[in-house]
Amino acid sequence: MSESRRDGPATGGSTPADSGATPPGFTRSEMMIVAAARELAGQRVCFVGVGLPNIAVNLARLTVAPELELVYESGAFGAKPARLPLSIGDPTIVTGATAAVSMFELFSFYLQGGLVDVGFLGAAQIDRFGNINSTVIGDYEHPKTRLPGSGGACEIAINARQVFVIMRQSRRSFVDRIDFRTSPGNLGGAEAAARTRREEGWLGSGPSVVVTDLGIYHFDETGEMRLDSIHPGATLEQVRDTIGWQPKVADPLPATLAPTSEELRLIREELDPEGAYTK
Amino acid sequence: MVAAGTARKLVFSWLGNPGVGGLHAIRRRVEDTNPAPLELEEYSHFGMVGRYTAGASNLPFFPLRSYFETDLPKVNPLIRPIRSPYGDETVYAVPPLKPDVTVVHAQRADADGNTQMWGLLGCQKEAAFAAERVIVVVEDLVDEAVIRADPNRTVIPGLIVDAVVVEPWGAHPSYVQGAYDRDNRFYRDWEAISRDAATTAAWLDEWVYGVSGRAEYMEKLGAERVNSLRPSGSAPSGSVDYGVYE
Repeated sequence: MSESRRDGPATGGSTPADSGATPPGFTRSEMMIVAAARELAGQRVCFVGVGLPNIAVNLARLTVAPELELVYESGAFGAKPARLPLSIGDPTIVTGATAAVSMFELFSFYLQGGLVDVGFLGAAQIDRFGNINSTVIGDYEHPKTRLPGSGGACEIAINARQVFVIMRQSRRSFVDRIDFRTSPGNLGGAEAAARTRREEGWLGSGPSVVVTDLGIYHFDETGEMRLDSIHPGATLEQVRDTIGWQPKVADPLPATLAPTSEELRLIREELDPEGAYTK
Repeated sequence: MVAAGTARKLVFSWLGNPGVGGLHAIRRRVEDTNPAPLELEEYSHFGMVGRYTAGASNLPFFPLRSYFETDLPKVNPLIRPIRSPYGDETVYAVPPLKPDVTVVHAQRADADGNTQMWGLLGCQKEAAFAAERVIVVVEDLVDEAVIRADPNRTVIPGLIVDAVVVEPWGAHPSYVQGAYDRDNRFYRDWEAISRDAATTAAWLDEWVYGVSGRAEYMEKLGAERVNSLRPSGSAPSGSVDYGVYE
């Protein structure tokens, strides 16, 4: 992980479009999507998860990462969707794409073959080491809430070179112990995780960024999440109230650069005019 | 089929309403066993693709670098670690899956069942080759010459096809590349409809049991809705020249 990445966009890690403009105001969801998109600056191949990652990655393609190859697990490589697809099964991700391939080819050659730089995931629960649950809340056999399950997430977490996560903070989602480990992060800490990855021959180095509605986290040398940037309008008290452990906080703690008017225009007019992602 | 109570077990890798939320009829059966329990056998996407691939290739398992340090093998003992016969490496194995019947939807087939599709292929080819029987549903029935003019686009040969069903719009509310769009309104509406067992049953009565077939279903959907799903423009592929070699 480079210093510029660790520092994040607030201190010049990326160049947001139209950076001189004063935004007219924005929602927390918009800030989260913009911050997540900026983290993709300099990346080439990104595996796009269902939900929030979809809008963040598409915003990145239109701003900081025009060369980004979007990979959708349904079988599109180098997608150039003319509109934001609601689902990963949508004809707009095929028209104009670099390649439409079978899922076998996508998971075998592209992902397991090591061609994916970033796997961008959402989650229902995450712990301080970036381990992710998208399977069940409660006991597996008798769940309180049955969630959609892995899809491709568990193999993305293992085989993508690094993993980015986007999710809203709450005591229910940022938990001390996840109920089910769908996708491994830094397991119980960086040292053990690095050993396990080496011994088991994983290609990925695990989670590197978590972007929420309140701030941006990277992972420190112990493998634990650290708040490295706080979004404008958010307070440390709000951050602590919505995490199930005592979070590490960078000192000094920079503020995330607010969305530019161009980033907001792209979200509001081009990507999500119905507000499906930003409500 | 889950909502109607005719499915007893799900073998799957993901169960959601993409971009919208959860699947409430499944959740009711899993969380509340209402109206009956639903047996689950859970994998990841690559695990399911691998299962079909092993099934189609007559192999005893499919090896993959997934499942390390996840809880999935704990809840599904059919996902097992295996040692490489060529070294110290451990990978995971999933067993072959050979469905009794695979149903696929495609753009076109000829009368012999030679089937061509384009767009997202998913794992339809693997699932078809793995199955005992294959039913192909197509938008268009075409002459054999159309298939033979573009053999690279043939995904499923008639050799393994048991039945061809010609049913234009048969994939609704999903889409067919180049023919019609995904009906996102349906998926959004389904969130509210499926939240409650009674409204789900009422929808089944009206849209499944209450129509005589697909044609009536499409008629009921209405011309305006149907027309709104047509692509906003055309994006034909360039043609290629296979050459003649006599």
